[in-house]
Amino acid sequence: MFEQLHFDLGPTQLALLVGPNGSGKTTLLRILAGLAPPTSGSATWKDVPISELVAEDRAEVAYRGHFEALKRDLTVVENLEFHMALWGREAAFDGVLAELKLNKVAHMRARYLSAGQRRRVALAMLQLSGATLWLMDEPTTNLDSEGRALLVEWTHRHLAAGGLAVVATHQPDEFATSGALMIEL
Amino acid sequence: MSAFNVVFVRDLRVAFRRWSELGYPLIFFIIVATMFPLALSPTTSQLREVGTGVLWVAAFLSSLLAVDGLFRSDADDGSLEQLLLSPVPMTLTVLAKLAAHALVTLLPLVVLVPVTALSYNMPLSALPTLALALLLAAPTLSVLVGVGAALTLSLRRGGSIVGLLVLPLTGPLLIFGTRATDLGLNGESTAAPLLLLAALAVLAVSLGPLAIAAAVKVGLE
Repeated sequence: MFEQLHFDLGPTQLALLVGPNGSGKTTLLRILAGLAPPTSGSATWKDVPISELVAEDRAEVAYRGHFEALKRDLTVVENLEFHMALWGREAAFDGVLAELKLNKVAHMRARYLSAGQRRRVALAMLQLSGATLWLMDEPTTNLDSEGRALLVEWTHRHLAAGGLAVVATHQPDEFATSGALMIEL
Repeated sequence: MSAFNVVFVRDLRVAFRRWSELGYPLIFFIIVATMFPLALSPTTSQLREVGTGVLWVAAFLSSLLAVDGLFRSDADDGSLEQLLLSPVPMTLTVLAKLAAHALVTLLPLVVLVPVTALSYNMPLSALPTLALALLLAAPTLSVLVGVGAALTLSLRRGGSIVGLLVLPLTGPLLIFGTRATDLGLNGESTAAPLLLLAALAVLAVSLGPLAIAAAVKVGLE
């Protein structure tokens, strides 16, 4: 799908994956997340191949794909609680829900949420994951302008705090930072 | 809460929120078990003769109906990817999911099958053995269904193929299970087939989750 691709990412750095549909943005993100092995070459996190990471290092990488990974029959809060317990994190998430304007639906089952609201919950999961490396696959899908602005703000805050992010997007301008690494597939 | 409990409780909660779906396999079992007396001549001696086999086969068939709840629904909404990426070892996650799945799909059968056995004119004294044999067969059956579900993850519609994969492998369970039931019916010692079922359960639970976790990983690539 793609070859001769090589890049390094350090703290506070953002990489934007751009390219037409079918160019391999999702495939690359899944390789970086360790969900699929590359045909050749390797993806490493702190010099360790992604598939051989120990649990603590594994927890530093968060991936958000096309699906929000919400159980439709659980409430928003139950979904978040499960997600955080899985990652072994404990934190209050009232603030995050308030920022995402999800307070009113916090105790509703995910099946009654709109597509945009579900995407917002996925963002909350990313924010609460406490991960250092954020891998996001077209995270702005279904989000309104306010939601997109919040996503960009959170991403920049995450980078400023020493985080890393790789974002596959069709609107790289939205994330525009001077230091962003553009990877064209 | 330990990682096992986290996954276990979450799967139970999801299952009970869709409690009506939990009933389908049980109703299927009752329907199948009721069809045989209708189709055969309903003399009591003949019923008792075929009863053991019919009940075991019907129980196995009905357990296949719930297979999508194990991995398919998690795969469809992206949860399975997150479970795979989380720091919790996938083998442990699989074990928790199998346990929750067995609790809501197989445990009701352990209760329902002996009750249905009464309509096959089986004596009350044989029912504890039947229930115990089912209880001992449940972990192995659960692991076999898990293997089938994991191997068919990459297929769009895995449901029917799981049966083709899993049913032939249930042979030993069927043989030891029906043998134990028949020996119980005749009031003889049932220790040998029950111990064999227990041994199979230990084998399946100790090795199965490893294999299923590997199959899930490959299935999601």
